[in-house]
Amino acid sequence: MGAHDTAIRARGLVKRYGDYAAVDGIDLDIPPAGCFGILGPNGAGKTTLMKMITCVSPPTAGSLEVLGVDVHGDRRALKHRLGVVPQGETLDSDLTVRENLTSFGVYHDVGRRVVGERADQLLAFAHLADRADARIEELSGGMKRRLLVARALVNDPELVVLDEPTTGLDPQARQLVWERLRRLRREGKTLLITTHYMEEAQRLCDRLAVLHHGRVIAEGTPAELLAAHTAPRVVEVHGEQANVEEVYRVVGGMARDVESVGDRILIYTDDGEEIAARITQAGLATQGLLLREASLEDVFLRLTGHALVD
Amino acid sequence: MTTTPAPPGSRLLAAWRWPDVSWPQALRMWRRNAVLFRRGWRLFVIPNFFEPVLYLLSIGLGLGLYIGQRIMGVEYVVFIAPGLAAASAMNGAVFEVTYNVYVKLQYLRLYDAVITTPLEPEDAAAGEIAWAVTRSLMYGVAFVIVMALLGYVRSPWAVLAPVGLALIGLGFASLGMVVTATIPRMELYTYFFTLFITPMFLFSGIFFPIDRLPEAAQPVAWFTPLHHGVELLRALCLTGDIAVAGVHTLWLVVFAALVFPPAVNLFRRRLIV
Ligand SMILES: Nc1ncnc2c1ncn2[C@@H]1O[C@H](COP(=O)(O)OP(=O)(O)O)[C@@H](O)[C@H]1O
Ligand SMILES: [Mg+2]
Repeated sequence: MGAHDTAIRARGLVKRYGDYAAVDGIDLDIPPAGCFGILGPNGAGKTTLMKMITCVSPPTAGSLEVLGVDVHGDRRALKHRLGVVPQGETLDSDLTVRENLTSFGVYHDVGRRVVGERADQLLAFAHLADRADARIEELSGGMKRRLLVARALVNDPELVVLDEPTTGLDPQARQLVWERLRRLRREGKTLLITTHYMEEAQRLCDRLAVLHHGRVIAEGTPAELLAAHTAPRVVEVHGEQANVEEVYRVVGGMARDVESVGDRILIYTDDGEEIAARITQAGLATQGLLLREASLEDVFLRLTGHALVD
Repeated sequence: MTTTPAPPGSRLLAAWRWPDVSWPQALRMWRRNAVLFRRGWRLFVIPNFFEPVLYLLSIGLGLGLYIGQRIMGVEYVVFIAPGLAAASAMNGAVFEVTYNVYVKLQYLRLYDAVITTPLEPEDAAAGEIAWAVTRSLMYGVAFVIVMALLGYVRSPWAVLAPVGLALIGLGFASLGMVVTATIPRMELYTYFFTLFITPMFLFSGIFFPIDRLPEAAQPVAWFTPLHHGVELLRALCLTGDIAVAGVHTLWLVVFAALVFPPAVNLFRRRLIV
């Protein structure tokens, strides 16, 4: 089977918890090399999908091949080729920073000498060389995340799966994690990452799938998603007076779509200046007006009807 | 592939399927614990080791003074010592797979990360049980050595005591693991301890022969695994009756063989949904 044309191949993939389908029929082909992002709000089924891919949760129905191997097959052999950052904090807090790396190397059956060398390399990679003997509780949130990423690399995996690797980090800590992930991508690893940060998706991912209620509702490169699901420009109208009907009356056929999101109205269009001028004239933007390029956030809004991070 | 609903009862029976354990992987889980233990053993060992010694001193020597009477031809303290060795093996194992494993399972989420490596839940469970057996051996053997130093060992068969202690450890570690894999909250361990472990400690023949129990309670006591552990240790350390030792060994082997598979399988079921 062509392990080289797809890293992950899912067909009709379903995961049910009782009657509830957390993953509800997914077809997905994830190419090798590069970074593939799974976007979706909380509860979309991202973690459930990641767990099936990393062989820690068996699919209820459908087929799933990872690196050319059926997830119902030899799990130990398959997991040997994967690096996993599970959602949340799962470091071994009884061990030191360095031992967290070496112990996982041992679980992966990496030879004792190689484990030691890799641990030192990965400590440098994760910017933790001076913390090698620290206890886990002494680390900051960003350090822990970097250690989690480093731990997932201790077996030199072909595919690295990261479930929300930067959630809860401050912007600086997040930047540092992104920088490391980009380095891995450059080295030719296949990365699969879930996120609900648009910026993360935009900066890291070559391709994206948007997951909603357990289904893939859109897939493609960031540019493809933008082209397919939104207009190039967005006019944001801020103000209590503004309502969708009124805005429609004013901008008429010039807008591709008008949408109300919280206390804003978004107008998707090819020609933002003209629309902005009309809105201002009509006095609708009592609290301001913003003309900007469309982003993945807009794609997401249009596809799912609500913002990613609330 | 689709799943067809399993016939009722098959899920229960599935718990007794022989589990798919990779022993080299299980050993790696064992080693994690061994390394940690070596680092802090002075801290860990002392309370667990002294508990049975305290019983030996207070009940064996203290209470024994008032009993005066000899049981099975020996002083009271010599009579209870092998049973206390069996109990220390039981306690060492049970404590390890209950509170210790539960914290790692539910609060530290250690196994969630571990099972993303080639270590399957079965391997982790088997490794933890093996580690619990190791602790049984450490406490049990240390106690038997103390007994020997005090002159309470009366049979050369006592050299086989480690076998008995390991069997007790295996049975009880498996039993404790079944509880760990099934309870939803850590507080529920108190039921296991106060309704099962403590009564067994008191009534399974450590402090008096079970034929002193009310007629109706005797078969119950006979069926408790600790009773056979106590009688095995007593046969090895005291009477040297190797035939009796054989019977109780067999009982413990059967018990361990019955409880080990569900311990491992239920741990998998707990971890993999
Ligand atoms: N073990 C479980 N049992 C029952 N329901 C679950 C379980 N795990 C997840 N779910 C449900 O499945 C849905 C998807 O969850 P999850 O995959 O964690 O979403 P995400 O990672 O995208 O936030 C949620 O509604 C969640 O409550
Ligand atoms: Mg999640």
